[in-house]
Amino acid sequence: MASTDIAAGTLERHGLSDDQLRAIFRNMLLQRQLDNRGFQLNRQGKVPFALGSEGHEALQAGAAMAFNRGKDILAPYYRDLGLCLGIGLSPYEIMLSIFARAPDHNGGRQFPNHYSSKAAGLMSFSSILAAHLPHAVGAAYAIKYRAETGRAVLATCGDGTTSEGEWHESMNFAAVHKLPFVMLVENNEWAISTPLEKQMAEPQIWKRAAGYGMPGRRFNGFDPLETYAAVKEAMDRARDGGGPTLVEGCCYRYLAHSTDDNDMTYRTREVVIERRKQDPVPAFEAVLVNQGIMSAQEVAEMRKSVLRETNDATDSAEAQPYPQPSDLYTHLYEGAWQPWQS
Amino acid sequence: MATTITMPQLGETVTEGTVAQWLKNIGDSVDKYEDFVEVSTDKVNAGVPSPVTGTITELLVKEGETVATGTPIAVIEETGAAAPASAAAPVQTPSQPIQVASPNGAKPSAIESAEAESARGASPAVRRLAREHRLDIQTIKGTGVNGRVTADDILAAARTASSTTATAPAPPPPPTAPTIVPGATRTSTYAQPIPGTFVQLSQARRIIAERMVESKHTAPHAWSMVEIDVTHVWQWRLREKDRFERETGSKLTLLPFFIRAVVQALAAFPLMNAKYVAASGSSQSGIYVNDEVNIGVAIGLPANLVVPVIKHADKLSIKGIAIAAGDLIDRARRGKLNVDDLAGGTFTVNNNGANGSWASAPIINGGQAGIVTMEAVVKKLVVRDDDSIAIRQMMNSCLSLDHRVVDGYVASGFLADLKRRLEAMGPQGEL
Amino acid sequence: MAVVSANSTVMNNVETVRATLYEALRNDERTLIIGEDVGARGNVFLITKDFVGEFGERRIVDTPIAEASIVGIAVGMAMEGLRPIAEIQFADFIYPSFNQIVGEAAKIRYRSNGEYTCPLVIRAPYGGGVRGALSHSVSVEALFYHVPGLKIVAPSFPADVKGLLNASIDDPDPVLFLEHKKTYRLIKGEVPNGHYTIPLGKANVLKEGAQLSVVSYGLYVHWALEAARQLEQEGLSVEVIDLRSIRPMDKTTILQSVERTRKLLIIHEDNKFGGIGAEISAMVAEEALFNLDAPIRRLCGPDVPAMGYALPLEEEFMSSPAEMAEAMREMVKF
Repeated sequence: MASTDIAAGTLERHGLSDDQLRAIFRNMLLQRQLDNRGFQLNRQGKVPFALGSEGHEALQAGAAMAFNRGKDILAPYYRDLGLCLGIGLSPYEIMLSIFARAPDHNGGRQFPNHYSSKAAGLMSFSSILAAHLPHAVGAAYAIKYRAETGRAVLATCGDGTTSEGEWHESMNFAAVHKLPFVMLVENNEWAISTPLEKQMAEPQIWKRAAGYGMPGRRFNGFDPLETYAAVKEAMDRARDGGGPTLVEGCCYRYLAHSTDDNDMTYRTREVVIERRKQDPVPAFEAVLVNQGIMSAQEVAEMRKSVLRETNDATDSAEAQPYPQPSDLYTHLYEGAWQPWQS
Repeated sequence: MATTITMPQLGETVTEGTVAQWLKNIGDSVDKYEDFVEVSTDKVNAGVPSPVTGTITELLVKEGETVATGTPIAVIEETGAAAPASAAAPVQTPSQPIQVASPNGAKPSAIESAEAESARGASPAVRRLAREHRLDIQTIKGTGVNGRVTADDILAAARTASSTTATAPAPPPPPTAPTIVPGATRTSTYAQPIPGTFVQLSQARRIIAERMVESKHTAPHAWSMVEIDVTHVWQWRLREKDRFERETGSKLTLLPFFIRAVVQALAAFPLMNAKYVAASGSSQSGIYVNDEVNIGVAIGLPANLVVPVIKHADKLSIKGIAIAAGDLIDRARRGKLNVDDLAGGTFTVNNNGANGSWASAPIINGGQAGIVTMEAVVKKLVVRDDDSIAIRQMMNSCLSLDHRVVDGYVASGFLADLKRRLEAMGPQGEL
Repeated sequence: MAVVSANSTVMNNVETVRATLYEALRNDERTLIIGEDVGARGNVFLITKDFVGEFGERRIVDTPIAEASIVGIAVGMAMEGLRPIAEIQFADFIYPSFNQIVGEAAKIRYRSNGEYTCPLVIRAPYGGGVRGALSHSVSVEALFYHVPGLKIVAPSFPADVKGLLNASIDDPDPVLFLEHKKTYRLIKGEVPNGHYTIPLGKANVLKEGAQLSVVSYGLYVHWALEAARQLEQEGLSVEVIDLRSIRPMDKTTILQSVERTRKLLIIHEDNKFGGIGAEISAMVAEEALFNLDAPIRRLCGPDVPAMGYALPLEEEFMSSPAEMAEAMREMVKF
């Protein structure tokens, strides 16, 4: 079960060093802090929209630790703030996206949370769930096509996306062609207002793997180390030519879907409070402190450092200029051609 | 510094909010990002964090009161040293001086002014042709369906009209030289200068002299030249010239094609269609960018130089320019230009090539930013991009520019654009 | 424009597509073909016959029946540096991949501010006259030409097919390459040997004329040309323009022609309402109204979902050269 239950001295760290464990924790703190900052800015009237990821911190930090920067490719969805931070995006890049400023990777064109970074191997994606999965499969095919070793595509999605036809088409093709592809499902039990039991008759998504002829496994998404182990196993298999894997991490979505959602219309405060007991951030903090890997003082320092970093990123990004009106017309096609030029 | 907090928009479609509860009182201190009020909307209840660290000085809305998004709800006096780095509004870079033309703003062709009564019911082409040829549609027999007057009917009528009316006046004979009577005294004139004598200047020549000096001494003249492959446009002209002369009675030279390209290049480089405005008592110096494009055509007459103007040349087709230019040149030669014909020019074209010139450095017409020439069209052996050799018709075009208004960057860009457009014209097309 | 010289081969359209794809695969290691039945079957029109033997299954990818992912996977390949040529077996099957084409491929460059690009070609046979009925006859260009970020090409002659397919494969942005299936074997022509491209966005004036401009594309261009030649016998002078490229569309050639002839007839097989003719009409009315001596006319497919399987239904849907000639005659004489 959860690493949190294990007494001091018997922590299964799956080969991770103390520094790596601290890095995982910092990633979780940074995710929560930046997440919250988005909502604060929205309530200040500075940005019109915010979308949170509370509950996913352990899952995303653990998965990011299994990602090889500079080699692997990430095809995430819009709740993957922690994962994108974990593979190398900076808080400044995150805030540029939230503030929609000109230096943003997407030039302020996309909704916030739709991160993109060619340098980091983060594929551009839209809000259309599962549309990114065939792209991820195509990217995996390109890796295999060029006989590149040691590279794999980590694609993620929520439980909701697994109902889409293109989720099925992507899994099928990846399996048929034994592609270096890992499908990480972040099962937080809610697709906006639709609970798991209304989405699928079989609630354990990992079981579908057998139907596609690929290995599948399920892990505790509130435990960053179990997450790391599961994702690493799958990514190593993919990188070594062993084909795709379906890994399902179970966590919970503590917040509403976004600032445009009121989750009290479809679930009770009590049920959320009950699930909060499993909140991975205080849980992993307790593990680190109990194991003597960090002191309470060091944790407090780390929180302050994360807040400082968040504030600096917020201020720097907010000071950047917006894109100009004339920027609406650029990057439609290569070169300067516009549709009605003769 | 006092910071006013307004009711935020908590949700994409929300338009108002209610102050549910003040979490701070007047006089309380508050940190940046600390919630100071709870607001509720029909979608969401939320705490609103303070944008600054400071002291609450005013609470403008009562608890339970609902106000529209953007209404001021509180004032916080910011504590701390210098003016805050993060302003309430984001920093906007000033917009660039040259606006990118909006693709959605493609302007339709000029809306013609009020039609004559006789134009009712005719197609747009018929109305335009009737106007251009100064014909009354109602007097023309229609050969189209149901007796409709067609465009061809108008053109046929125009041809008949030009052949039955008095022929266009032949170019006036050059002023006859006074017969030389040996021994008789004669005055040295500009048209007939006698070596070793003093020539009295006419009013026109005096003004020319003054204007030339003024232009040269006021505008710092710079000069550039391009070589243009006019082979295709020349072919186009050859295709069209007979029909053009038949239909309009005017000759079709290369000039209207050139002017059309100039007008298009001016649209791309509006600074070439501008003028330098010196500082005066009430205003600073600057550059006035004209919104009209009125092309002066320099016409050299035996004793005079006139530059009548084709008004709104940007609204004319090649054919329209040819007709307008032909009319001005004709009246210039007959001495029938009026003040209005000579006024309002914004840019000038000088067809020097007719004299066989290969390059020239014209003097800018006062109040303009440039003057461009057409030099002689010469058959030349040229080396193409793919290293093949061909015989092409080449024509130089020279530009004198007012360096207070434009630099080489704009001027060269203009010339390059002009060259590109002219080289892209023909070998066929619509005049 | 097609250059006819001693170094050319006479081929029909389907042979031309095949030959062009073959050369593209040979010349660029990054090129691959992905679609249904493109491998052992060699494509249902034999366009890729024997390709899998020469280039291998790695480059000639037979997919499961899943049109959305045929295009989606190709998008991912393109984003990661390959040059995929995706095939939709019949344009009638393209609808499941609509989101991947319109919502994804067309927007990759734009939404990433140029960081990611999508150099993808999607080929699909379209059009009727082959007793194809509801699901093997439709024209789909009007659904897609509305979309900024996408290019659409529909050549009618073999020389154009080769030049435009090469240009589409070279294009750094997504191109929908439409092949009229009836012209596959019906239309033969001289195709220059060797590699060449025809730029997207250039129409071709097939026949010059003075009294009427006819703009068309696809199978109908051939019928329109036939009708115009018939009218020439009657002393009527009709100009025929093959669009070749739907988007970018050659506005200049159309406007220059209309400014000369003053009358415009647009002929296309696709349904009339909202078809390509609608945009051309609006554009010409906007920019050349004062050159028009007659209302713009569109001779198009009727606004019904499809041509029926029964022959009278198909013939009623489609326009014949005689019908086109009659429309031309009426306009010239207007």
